[in-house]
Amino acid sequence: MTKLRVGWFTFTCCEDSTILFTELLNTHWADWKDKIEFVNARILKENNKIENIDVSFVEGSISSEEQVDKLKEIRKNSKTIIAIGACACTAMPSGWRNTFDEETKEEIKFLIDRYSHLEKVEPLKTYIKVDDSVQGCPMNEEKFLELIGNSIK
Amino acid sequence: MHQGNFDLSLEQITKIEGHAALTLKVKNGTVEKCTFEVPEYKRFYTQAVRGKHITAIPQMVARICGTCSNAHLLCSIRAVEDAMGIKVSKQTYLLRRILNNGLIIRDHALHLYVFVLPDLYGRESLLAFDEAIEEEHELVHDAFAIKEVGNLLAKWSGGRSVHAPFPTIGGFLTLPKNGDQEKLILKLELIRKKVEKIIKIFEKCEFEIKEDILFSALQDNNYDFFGKTIITADNACVPARNYADHLEHVVKPYSQASAYMYEGKTFMVGALSRMNLSKAGLHAHTKHGAESALKLFPSQNIFHNNLAQAIEILHCLDDSIDILSKLEIKDEKPVPYTLKAGMGTGVIEAPRGTLYHRYQIDEKGVVIHGDIIVPTGQNQICIEKSLWDFAQKNLHLEKKQLAHEMEKLIRAYDPCMSCSSHFLKLKIEQL
Repeated sequence: MTKLRVGWFTFTCCEDSTILFTELLNTHWADWKDKIEFVNARILKENNKIENIDVSFVEGSISSEEQVDKLKEIRKNSKTIIAIGACACTAMPSGWRNTFDEETKEEIKFLIDRYSHLEKVEPLKTYIKVDDSVQGCPMNEEKFLELIGNSIK
Repeated sequence: MHQGNFDLSLEQITKIEGHAALTLKVKNGTVEKCTFEVPEYKRFYTQAVRGKHITAIPQMVARICGTCSNAHLLCSIRAVEDAMGIKVSKQTYLLRRILNNGLIIRDHALHLYVFVLPDLYGRESLLAFDEAIEEEHELVHDAFAIKEVGNLLAKWSGGRSVHAPFPTIGGFLTLPKNGDQEKLILKLELIRKKVEKIIKIFEKCEFEIKEDILFSALQDNNYDFFGKTIITADNACVPARNYADHLEHVVKPYSQASAYMYEGKTFMVGALSRMNLSKAGLHAHTKHGAESALKLFPSQNIFHNNLAQAIEILHCLDDSIDILSKLEIKDEKPVPYTLKAGMGTGVIEAPRGTLYHRYQIDEKGVVIHGDIIVPTGQNQICIEKSLWDFAQKNLHLEKKQLAHEMEKLIRAYDPCMSCSSHFLKLKIEQL
């Protein structure tokens, strides 16, 4: 049986859904191990690649040009991209700075400049086509399990 | 073998919480630069809390970090309660302990089994362990079983293992059901042998890097992670609320995380510090079950942070059994309070060390100013020092091995980049 080639990526976020996903392995790995191959999952393994991926789950919002480039590379090399969690879907709560008043924006400007942040924190869909999403902070577990279940049928 | 100058680049350190980077510059056989970089794209939580009402703050700041979200949640709640003068009930205290024990069990097990154990067994990942080898097969299943019990404790007491929805200012919004305690105790007892096994594995592990640094932790007589006094290895005692006054913020221009010194000294927080300073407070059954391992403490070996975490899993298990066997949930509402202006401090021992939240609040309950100091920021200078010392002593190693050994050392500190920041790459450059 050909295994589903899965990527798990994170950008600007707290990685709550990444933790939820690693905890789902506790009860689902026995079922998934013959059906899923992790091509890229930094939290789980070394030797991570961005190539020929069936489904990429992407957590977090986009804060820099470097992240935009990486996101586009993931898009180019993935058949399906699923936005995972609130930050990837809406840019919040990672994007608090988008909501700051002018005075607070001025206060943090030196850090925005020093580390080359983009002017605004954006959800994935600003830069790439997203095929599906799992909303929630952290992600909705049932919806995630449904999506991954459909992919390995 | 490298006698003089060399160049090595490792783009991404794996099996840690978040992303991070290191730059090492070697010239004429001497380390000239070794910087541990945490270039996360900042999320500006300390600015974001300003102008928000205290009732929204704990759940908001829990989103600083997914893995230790419940530590941020509890720490933030305690800071607000401190400002409002709220004293919580014994039941609330015990339920918070169960929630925190669940977090410690799950988070330490993630670190030990998923991040560190592959280094001990020469595997790329826990998922690459050979199921045909009985020992490796068992360890994979032990990992899942132990983490799951940690999750169950957190779900029972807090409603979820990540960003628990039930804890609130003054108590709990929803209380757990009576009748589940016995089932939880059975599950805890079922993993006890597995935890003793992982303690033995890390007790026998020969990885060693000793550091002459200051160890610091919140003191608690019963090792409950909620003490009131900070103690250090040089016998200083500081009221927890004054902790920040003893920390010096060190700006690292290459890192987006805040680094700290303790009264001008390089220091370390986390399981190793707690074990070094407070092992007398461990549960009696843990002292018995981990008797020979405990003789290794106090220890200056950074890799004993792993062993200390394994012992803490056992302690949290024994402590939870004790609490659950006596705890009959009675219906009670969160403690009511009247809004008032003031300053509130919350300090707890999160899985990776001392976590500090302080808020200045106005008479309407709106936050004017917030300070949050996370464990990995406190350890950043220490991590850099260890990496520098290690690199200097091991420049003879092949590049690949040097990089791998430095990754192992970083993992021993169990840094959390989500808390402190977000992106670590290892780059070793030639001058």
